[in-house]
Amino acid sequence: MTQPDTVNLLEVKDLHVHFRSEEGTVKAVDGISFDVKQGETLGIVGESGSGKTVANLSLMRLIPEPPGEIVSGSIILRGRDVLKLSASDLRRLRGKQVAMIFQDPMTALNPFMRVSKQLMEVTQLHLGHTRVQAREHAVKMLEHVGIPDASERIDSYPHEFSGGMRQRVMIAMALSCQPDLLIADEPTTALDVTIQAQILELIKRLKAETGASVILITHDLGIVAGMTDQVIVMYAGKIFERAPTGELFQNPGNPYTRGLLRSVPNPTDEQGQLYQIPGQPPDLARLPAGCPFAPRCERAEEICRREFPPFVQLTSEHSSLCHFANEVYAASKTVS
Amino acid sequence: MSDREPALISINDLKVHFPVGVRRLFGRSRQVVKAVDGLSLDIRQGETMGLVGESGCGKTTLGRAILRLIDPTSGEIIFRGRDLAQLSNTEMRAHRRQLQVIFQDPYASLNPRMTVSQIIGEPLETFGLAKGEAKKQRVQELMEMVGLSSRFLKRYPHEFSGGQRQRIGIARALAVDPEFIVADEPISALDVSIQAQIMNLLDRLRREKNLTYLFISHDLRAVRHVSDRLAVMYLGKIVELGESRAIYANPLMPYTRALISAVPVPDPIIESTRQRTVLEGDVPSPINPPHGCRFHTRCPYAIQACREVEPQLVEIKPNHLAACIRISPEEPDIDRIAPGYAPGLRQR
Repeated sequence: MTQPDTVNLLEVKDLHVHFRSEEGTVKAVDGISFDVKQGETLGIVGESGSGKTVANLSLMRLIPEPPGEIVSGSIILRGRDVLKLSASDLRRLRGKQVAMIFQDPMTALNPFMRVSKQLMEVTQLHLGHTRVQAREHAVKMLEHVGIPDASERIDSYPHEFSGGMRQRVMIAMALSCQPDLLIADEPTTALDVTIQAQILELIKRLKAETGASVILITHDLGIVAGMTDQVIVMYAGKIFERAPTGELFQNPGNPYTRGLLRSVPNPTDEQGQLYQIPGQPPDLARLPAGCPFAPRCERAEEICRREFPPFVQLTSEHSSLCHFANEVYAASKTVS
Repeated sequence: MSDREPALISINDLKVHFPVGVRRLFGRSRQVVKAVDGLSLDIRQGETMGLVGESGCGKTTLGRAILRLIDPTSGEIIFRGRDLAQLSNTEMRAHRRQLQVIFQDPYASLNPRMTVSQIIGEPLETFGLAKGEAKKQRVQELMEMVGLSSRFLKRYPHEFSGGQRQRIGIARALAVDPEFIVADEPISALDVSIQAQIMNLLDRLRREKNLTYLFISHDLRAVRHVSDRLAVMYLGKIVELGESRAIYANPLMPYTRALISAVPVPDPIIESTRQRTVLEGDVPSPINPPHGCRFHTRCPYAIQACREVEPQLVEIKPNHLAACIRISPEEPDIDRIAPGYAPGLRQR
């Protein structure tokens, strides 16, 4: 990992994103705050419906409005509040300062347009490149992400590439303008493990070369362990735990995090009964009173079903949303 | 699982080829995808056989061919003394009761217009196993068995979460008391906290009902956890076969090593120190698979002979087979083999 300097590139404060539906208001993101330092990789872990994708789409104001709405909060990127930007300022931000890569490259690439044109558009728009410059830059980017014979393959259509190569094309496009922040939403979930390893290595290398910050959204704790400096664990639209990566894996301070870590089969474990978190992720339209995880939590007591838990500061960098955060944290220290 | 357990299913030299491309008038299409290409495998009574490989290696096609959801091109699938590959569709229907499948996507494999009780009850009627009150009771029993409340009987699939839907799919497969179940990526579409639930459920049911599983997955962590034995597939062939634990502890094939090494470990300390074998390139096209060893295009240990000679799956260590001409029982560790040495050539 590179030594991150202490400047905050991004500061998200008390962000609330709601969706209106027939069943009432769904609080997809419910008051989350976090920051990303220059050159740092932040991992966001959570199950489906935890709000991790909505939170990150909000950073670029990509939430469809309606039904969605960023109700309150602030998103400060290099000192400017993204929520207060005009439409034209937003366009300059997207793709230039902040770039995004998605799980399925086919949804982000235009299937009817040659890759060359799609790549060139980005720098022509944001960097004012001429066609010749843009094409030269595009070839360079494709070479950079490891596409063989880039100068010939650049005029192919997206479907002519394999899944892993398409993901490389998307990464090339995302990094064309040297963004300050790269948001990668499950970038390898659709890929085979061997190709996943290639793409993760690529993201690491490019990050080290450009010094960009990365937000990596994933459900795979293994990827978090190998790729990130800090981790946020989300559940039911809330941040349940936040800690430096090593600390989170060693001394989790939240029962949900602990459960997640224990339910992944570990290559060194014996076979047999696997630890399981009971129940289902909650329905956001019908959240229980008290802690949203309480119905599934083995540590839950009466207070958890009645009162919403506090966000307890365990160390200067480690916080956990739990009535018993201190106890859970202490227990995880004695076990490890 | 002891070696003496008899094979429940014996697959011999199975081939499943699909014609692709433009079909000419009066002509056959020239190109053929060899999804499964001369594959032999015994699945033993009561075991969980894991089947892993990258997408496009033919693992799903193999699973479906065993159940005759796809017709094999040639080869045998012996189940209880009969060759399933030779059965007519009518004869096969009678066997379907014993051979069931659980699919990856519980969203796509349940009829959205049927209630849960209809979905689980349908196979009972199809095979004439129960009707009326008896059927109703059996459906409730099945729901309880997979951990669904019988309050949900009248609900539709969309009212359930992904994990619950997978439980419905499992209950449907179990309704007819099968002996053998192909579980094709049964946990891949589920959330992390739900994956453990479904793995535990499948394992419990196997023990309780003496089931035999073919567990197909690209998730090597999950496969290692649930399987007794493991088959690694690459471009239509099995390249390594043995006990799961032995394969994880000491993978013989360079391909298996790369697969295992590619899986991220949920431990930052291990992740920051370990050396990863990153495979170059993608899986080659199964239309024109490489000559000789199909893996030679990506294999860091390939020599000229690997491009020419097709390796056979042979026993390298007791009960641990691999298809690589460069290793042998005398020297199973490919990292310690002298340059150019290819003992497997002798076996031909």
